[in-house]
Amino acid sequence: MTTGLILWLALTWAQIALALAACFSCLRLFKGPRAQDRVIGLDTLYFCAMLMLVVTGARLGTPFFYEASMVVGVVGFVATVTAAKFLIRGEVIE
Amino acid sequence: MIRLIPHPLLSLALVFMWLLLTSFSLGHLVLGAMLGLVIGWIFRLLEPERPKLRRIWPLVKLSGIVALDILRSNIAVARLILTRGRHGKRRSEFLEVPLELKDPHALALLAMIVTATPGTAWLSHDMDSGILILHVFDLVEEDDWRTLIHNRYETLLMEAFG
Amino acid sequence: MSTTYLETFPWWIALPAAFFMVVGSTLALLGTIGLWQLKSFYDRLHAPTLVSSWGAAAILIGSVLLFSWGGSRLVIHELVIGVFLLVTTPITLMMVGRAALYRDRVAGSRELPEHLHLHEPAPPEAAPAAALPERKAD
Repeated sequence: MTTGLILWLALTWAQIALALAACFSCLRLFKGPRAQDRVIGLDTLYFCAMLMLVVTGARLGTPFFYEASMVVGVVGFVATVTAAKFLIRGEVIE
Repeated sequence: MIRLIPHPLLSLALVFMWLLLTSFSLGHLVLGAMLGLVIGWIFRLLEPERPKLRRIWPLVKLSGIVALDILRSNIAVARLILTRGRHGKRRSEFLEVPLELKDPHALALLAMIVTATPGTAWLSHDMDSGILILHVFDLVEEDDWRTLIHNRYETLLMEAFG
Repeated sequence: MSTTYLETFPWWIALPAAFFMVVGSTLALLGTIGLWQLKSFYDRLHAPTLVSSWGAAAILIGSVLLFSWGGSRLVIHELVIGVFLLVTTPITLMMVGRAALYRDRVAGSRELPEHLHLHEPAPPEAAPAAALPERKAD
């Protein structure tokens, strides 16, 4: 009884904290002030989305969120690397 | 043999990952093995330089040290953020560190270690002069960081990669 | 929300998992708070590592604990996510850091110390038009 409640509280706190974390990185994404700040905000937003999916999957006990988390991670990685490359040269493909 | 399986470790890791991502069955084993082989061939076409690993033990030691360092600096940076940088006394600085490492694989490993540790960020490294530009979140003593990078990481990497 | 599924865990799984989940998510929250409140770009570069190093690791350990008891699949699935994060985060942060340093060196930004600038005198209005597209105003 009590351990279930403790686990429930912990998972709820984890979800709330990760949602807040996603909000903070969104704030940085919108505020900038420069392009590189926005890229970092986007990167962190992807991390938070990944971790949020992992926590949700653990809470519901379904393995499906795991694949979603992987896909978010891969897309985020490619997006950030492309954006950083663009910042250096001003073009993606040389 | 070298022509057929140019990167055996890479292919093996790919098969292992494929079996982890799916469930174990004969069909998936065959599919994963084919995937590992083909990606090994593609990887050879890219022709990266083969890592010249001398000894494996320094790397094991290094990974233990790095795990502990990351844990410690996590706590330190979290505390700095909570106290708003010790109430304004935190000083972040750019730091130039001369490196003796030349092997690109060792340098890549060092870059991963430095970047994965909260509190230090790898900014650029000049191959010719061997000067690395770091950004340190909470700089107390400049020479401490230089000796830390040199003694803690670089020596072990030099031992491992020769 | 009902806690019936969560009550099936024995205490020696539930309590460590709860601990790791709370630690990981709190570290992630602290990292992004840092990302929000730090003043200079190079300080903010350190904040995401907090999310991706032990923030992610603790949450993944908690998830491994919960799933290995549930037994619905192999436990090492999280290992793939962990290795993926471990390998990719330094690459992205390093590339963003290099891009920012390069742009700041060319533009002669005030966030950098003088000796790192590419054009030594570097008065901002007299600097030659760089090969880069002009940085957008704030």
